[in-house]
Amino acid sequence: MWRLMRRGTALLGFVLCVVFACVGPAAAQSDDGTKADQDRADQDHNTAGDSDGTAQTTLEGTIRLGFDRYIAGVEITVTDQAGAEIGRTATGAEGRWLIAVPDAGTYLVTLDEETLPDDLGLREGQETTVETTVFAGMARAVVFAVGETPKTTPFGERFAQRAFTGLKLGMIIAMSAVGLSLIYGTTGLVNFAHGELVTFGAVIAWYFNTSWGGLNLVVAAALGLIVCGALGAGLESGLFRPLRRRRLGVFQLVVITIGLSLLGRQAIQLFFGAEPRPYVDYQVQDRWDFGPWAVTPREVATVATIAVVLAVIAITLQLSRFGKATRAVADNTDLARVAGIDVNRVVLIVWTIGAMLAGLGGIFVGLDADIDPYLGFQLLLLIFAGVELGGLGTAYGAVVGSVLIGFATEISTLWISPELKFVVPLAVLILVLLLRPQGLFGIRERVG
Amino acid sequence: MEFDIIFGNAARAAFGPEAVILALAAIGLNVHFGYTGLLNFGQVGFMLLGAYGTSVSVATFGWSLWVGIPVGLALCVALALALGIPTLRLQAVLFAIVTIAAAEILRLIIGSTDAIDLTGGPLSISFDAGAFYDLNPYAEGPQVRYGVGTFAFTGQQMWVITVGWTLVALASLAVFLIVRSPWGRVLKSIRDDENAARSLGKNVFSYKMQALVIGGVIAGLAGVVDAIKTSGADPNGFRPQVTFFTYTALLLGGSATYVGPVIGAILFWFLREWIESFLRQLAAEAWLPQSISDPLSGSEGVISVGMVGLALILLVLFRPQGIVGNRTEMLIDDS
Repeated sequence: MWRLMRRGTALLGFVLCVVFACVGPAAAQSDDGTKADQDRADQDHNTAGDSDGTAQTTLEGTIRLGFDRYIAGVEITVTDQAGAEIGRTATGAEGRWLIAVPDAGTYLVTLDEETLPDDLGLREGQETTVETTVFAGMARAVVFAVGETPKTTPFGERFAQRAFTGLKLGMIIAMSAVGLSLIYGTTGLVNFAHGELVTFGAVIAWYFNTSWGGLNLVVAAALGLIVCGALGAGLESGLFRPLRRRRLGVFQLVVITIGLSLLGRQAIQLFFGAEPRPYVDYQVQDRWDFGPWAVTPREVATVATIAVVLAVIAITLQLSRFGKATRAVADNTDLARVAGIDVNRVVLIVWTIGAMLAGLGGIFVGLDADIDPYLGFQLLLLIFAGVELGGLGTAYGAVVGSVLIGFATEISTLWISPELKFVVPLAVLILVLLLRPQGLFGIRERVG
Repeated sequence: MEFDIIFGNAARAAFGPEAVILALAAIGLNVHFGYTGLLNFGQVGFMLLGAYGTSVSVATFGWSLWVGIPVGLALCVALALALGIPTLRLQAVLFAIVTIAAAEILRLIIGSTDAIDLTGGPLSISFDAGAFYDLNPYAEGPQVRYGVGTFAFTGQQMWVITVGWTLVALASLAVFLIVRSPWGRVLKSIRDDENAARSLGKNVFSYKMQALVIGGVIAGLAGVVDAIKTSGADPNGFRPQVTFFTYTALLLGGSATYVGPVIGAILFWFLREWIESFLRQLAAEAWLPQSISDPLSGSEGVISVGMVGLALILLVLFRPQGIVGNRTEMLIDDS
């Protein structure tokens, strides 16, 4: 079985190398906009909101797209409620604007949409004029949510683009979800620290990619995955196997994984820092046009790699001795044990592979958005949603459920604000629990 | 190393408004988890509604604070009903996931730009809590401090913590009274063996729902205190880890005990602030590596929250009953 696992690791690494190699070198000229996750455009509140001790009453803000594009030269006008102009300014080099107002009160802040760059506009549903109230001596931040999808794009094209983004997100969720689901299936443990495994993979690969040798991301990812696998194996043999022997209840296990999650996230934050950081490679790429889709090579690589990995997992589960053993343990651990299956070894391999899959998911998230310590925890609830939609404990269900969740999350942004998109999977999660607690592919179990 | 400052800071945190908020949240959670066995991992959702219900009523609608507080608490009742009706029949773990998800949904929606006119969205909301501070009997002033050394509060803080600890005492008393009653014994029987309670003809669902509402309202009270303390609310203050802190406090003090949540909350903040203060002192004397002791990095906070995680694991493994708890009252071997 160890041999099989080694073979699996080698295969994974090989697949990664092949797909990344297709991507080719990074092109230097064009700025790729998807990098900046749109929903971050709105989060520039706290920096501006803190008063710095001066008693001046001001309205201020930053016009930007994500964290890497600050937009200068946008005209902002402040008028009072009667319509008299108080001040007018244009954003500076860092997208900042600030207008002092004479007194506390309610003001109208207007953004001149004509002065935005051609490829940007206010997001749908956003008004160019915002009414805001400021208290005396305070700095009040005003948010204009800037998006990059021009309103002229036809609906079909936007739908196709979102569907692709959704597919990519769904597949990333799916890959992480398979591990969570297999671990639940074989040991009954719901691992709340799974999100930190995702973050850990992204962060370790980042270190290999930058400060520990500056390796190419493909090599860094392969090394990172080995570390992830080792971590998974270590957690199982060092912590969870002894815990299983103590026969702890559901509550104890859940709280232990939550404790691990906090501990892991804080440890990552201590060393890595809270600032989001990108990988070095494949950041700036020209888009490829396929009909309605304009996709970067790295997005194609993400989807293709995950498809291959998931196929390999499915074939392994279905055909190999290890796969059969895993399914047997998931089905009935005691029967599997009396049938001569080494349950602990199966679980150990499941943990190793599960942690590697989670880590790989993290690397793919980091490829497209910057890496920060909360990356995995944010994904965790989506993973839960995917696993629950598919049916807890079913590996294939987890994949289908996750992809559906990915679609739902991204396609919803056609109608709702992108910062609310993560509400959708959580709402789906609750609806599924309400209407079909066993999920799409689970077997109904009577509870309560 | 100035230990008087460290202990002063720790004591201030242990008796300050943060400990009041945590204690109230933990008392509510004790009703859910300690006595009824509900794995509620969305306690922060109730605190969020308590805080925002109050803030929005006053700041956006211009109502009196004394209307805003009941509005916040009423929202908590509504949340408990909305959460409980579909999910109380689920397995424990699924209930845990749903409650986390629900609290996150609330935080995302309240903190979104779309909600900016109502809740202030991603900006924090602030309101005039004058109606509360007007009643303050403590003398105020820039130089007026109550206490010794770093263990000292301003007049405003004294008023908040006086009212806050009174609320904690009242909530503890209320829980003591209801749990001691026949009603409370049914709750415990549900926690210990749900099917046994059901076979005796008890309406398990209804009892769980009542417990969810009561615990939720007490947590909502924590949110109200938080809103009054800061004269506002910020969506970032209501992340899921607040719920985990509440569990830590509850398990530290002792789940299913009357004083456990209060002792736990006091100890939680004492230890957390002690660690942070201690680390700051270490950093000031340059006994820490540069990467950790950078004063701007806030590493001491990062480390202390990590310690909370470690404490959770160790507590569950080695002393699940906490300081004053009784091991047989703990939910040890639920399926």
